[in-house]
Amino acid sequence: MGELLRAAWAIAAKDVLLEFRSRTAFVSALVFTALVLAIFNFARDPTAVSAVDLAPGILWITFTFAAMLGLNRAFGLERENRALDGLLLSPVSRTAIYLGKVLANLVFVGSVEAIALPLFALFFNVPILPVLGPLVLVIALATVGFVAVGTLMSSMAVNTRLAELMLPVLLLPFLVPPVTAAVQMTARLFAGRPFSEVSAWLRLLVGYDIIFVAACILFFESTIEE
Amino acid sequence: MTPIEAFERARRRSAVWIGVGLLLMATVYVRALVFTPVEAVQGPAQKIFYIHVPSAWVAFLAFGILGVTSAFYLFLKDPRVDLFAASTAEVGMVFTTAVLVTGPIWGKPIWGTWWTWDARLTLTLFLWFVVLAYLVLRTAVHEPGQRARYSSVLGILGALLVPFIHVSVYLFRTMHPMPVVLRPGKPTLPGAMLATLLFSFAVFTLFFAALLWHRYALARLADARARAQAERADA
Amino acid sequence: MPAPLGGVRAALAVRGLERSFGHVRALRGIDFALDAGDSLAVFGPNGAGKTTLLRILAGLLRPHRGEVLLDGSPLERTDAAHRRRVGLIAHYSLLYDGLTAAENLAFYARLYGLRGRETLVTRALESVGLADRAGDAVGTFSRGMVQRMAIARALLHEPWIVLLDEPFSGLDQRAAVTLRELLMRLRAERRTMVLVTHNIDEGLELATHVAIQVAGRFAEFGPVAGDLAAYRGRYAEATASHG
Repeated sequence: MGELLRAAWAIAAKDVLLEFRSRTAFVSALVFTALVLAIFNFARDPTAVSAVDLAPGILWITFTFAAMLGLNRAFGLERENRALDGLLLSPVSRTAIYLGKVLANLVFVGSVEAIALPLFALFFNVPILPVLGPLVLVIALATVGFVAVGTLMSSMAVNTRLAELMLPVLLLPFLVPPVTAAVQMTARLFAGRPFSEVSAWLRLLVGYDIIFVAACILFFESTIEE
Repeated sequence: MTPIEAFERARRRSAVWIGVGLLLMATVYVRALVFTPVEAVQGPAQKIFYIHVPSAWVAFLAFGILGVTSAFYLFLKDPRVDLFAASTAEVGMVFTTAVLVTGPIWGKPIWGTWWTWDARLTLTLFLWFVVLAYLVLRTAVHEPGQRARYSSVLGILGALLVPFIHVSVYLFRTMHPMPVVLRPGKPTLPGAMLATLLFSFAVFTLFFAALLWHRYALARLADARARAQAERADA
Repeated sequence: MPAPLGGVRAALAVRGLERSFGHVRALRGIDFALDAGDSLAVFGPNGAGKTTLLRILAGLLRPHRGEVLLDGSPLERTDAAHRRRVGLIAHYSLLYDGLTAAENLAFYARLYGLRGRETLVTRALESVGLADRAGDAVGTFSRGMVQRMAIARALLHEPWIVLLDEPFSGLDQRAAVTLRELLMRLRAERRTMVLVTHNIDEGLELATHVAIQVAGRFAEFGPVAGDLAAYRGRYAEATASHG
């Protein structure tokens, strides 16, 4: 177990280092986020619909689409020089490769979210500070869910010709449960509702995370081995 | 009999059964339109229910078969299982689309709008997207072994997704109550209507089986021809 | 014509290997055995299945039939211990262009769980003459330097079976000479080697055994007998009969 985690950590660290050096995907995601938030702000009629009503949906659309810009990166960078063969030749388990990639993607998506959230609060004038704790929990749980599935889907998508198009086609249906739960919980948090109201959604989200992380770990080997 | 001849025969036979199925479909139409009483509240528009509900049953049946055969492929690695799964997805797509088309046709005269986020229709819509992703993925991967592995993984994950979408939609609806007109009344359906519905279920299932058999035979035929061609190229 | 299999614990033995991609039969039954320290050169035209054979030996690909035996025990894809014994040098580098030479090697050292990473990396770079470029990104290296890095990476974990896939491709004269020297050194160290190439001019001098692979089979296999001219003749013959 320890060896598994250490190998995953080594792979994740390598990925993060590479992304940090080139920064292309990260910068694209940030620019995209800022643009989307700004456009949504102009696209609504502030007298007809209040920001708080639209805000949760806009936040999560921004998070998920910015995340998708980065998800293909994880296996994309293994394609140059066939570096993936290097990983597969080594004694590390396939699960360690998957977990390492998920971890690297979590760092990427988490960083984008950490910058997008304050921007969002600023543009939409939404009071996030009073509910910051529960909000971060919701964001973390939903992110783990869609990054886990997204990483698996990207391991397949990068081997197709139109990888950037293939990933959303494969992934979007799988985003429905976690993103719906996240939006509903975020909306209630912004509205100051008690947490007990969202317990059903919370259970859905946690259940989704457990089942799909386990399933992805189980099936990753089939997408990577010939 | 060579494999190619066997599959040609299967193709012809299943085509006959498709013909039988189409004939029976016609009788379903006739029975539903002429020999079944009109529903009191919804009027004649309700009759599409005899097409809509059995289509939904077949769509979900196909999806279940897809999930199970995908799992079988990952265990057995038998390419025939993969061809069967792919055939199920294609035929299932047809019925899923039928549900999404007949649903709004039913809903429009009753509610005045084409689409509402009715629980079952929404679930079917996301099912449709998953099957679409499955079919698109298959066209995007060329090596048969890789294609089969990828499809199977997607098939299993898709099957796992269904209960979660169902719960999501259910929770959403209980928070935002919606009209529940589009619910097939089960035990409360009067005799003649129930009979028509059950008859339609049987016909649709038969039609699905015939289409699946035919599609599978076509897939095996294409595969056998490709193999024969590869063997000729070798010699 | 298959050669009789080696002793009970041949270093590397292959029995009845078959592998298809869809209906394309890439390998139709490969058999051979090598003792420790033997070097096999596999010559064959493109499409003969040489890379497929090598990838199966490396554990990257699963055969549909047959087995690979390392020291008498079957190569299981999931067996980490077996993977430690095998190294691959190919015409692609398996390196990350965005990392420095030292970082690339350090990463691989971590993957293989090797101790004393820093000294290992330094020594590896010195052995291929790239110690002065340790801090430079691999993306800036010339083709010859990349190949030397690939060798350093492949040998980092001291594999006693070294697999080479068209290692000379794309190299200029000087780089080819350096590679040849390195490979002769490996042979002197009595590592078991399998080299595949379509170019009969490369690799014959390294080999103790030669195979000619055409259309997924070995047209011949045996210890080196005869010179380059003789093999050129037989290679041309074997490839001609398969058009």
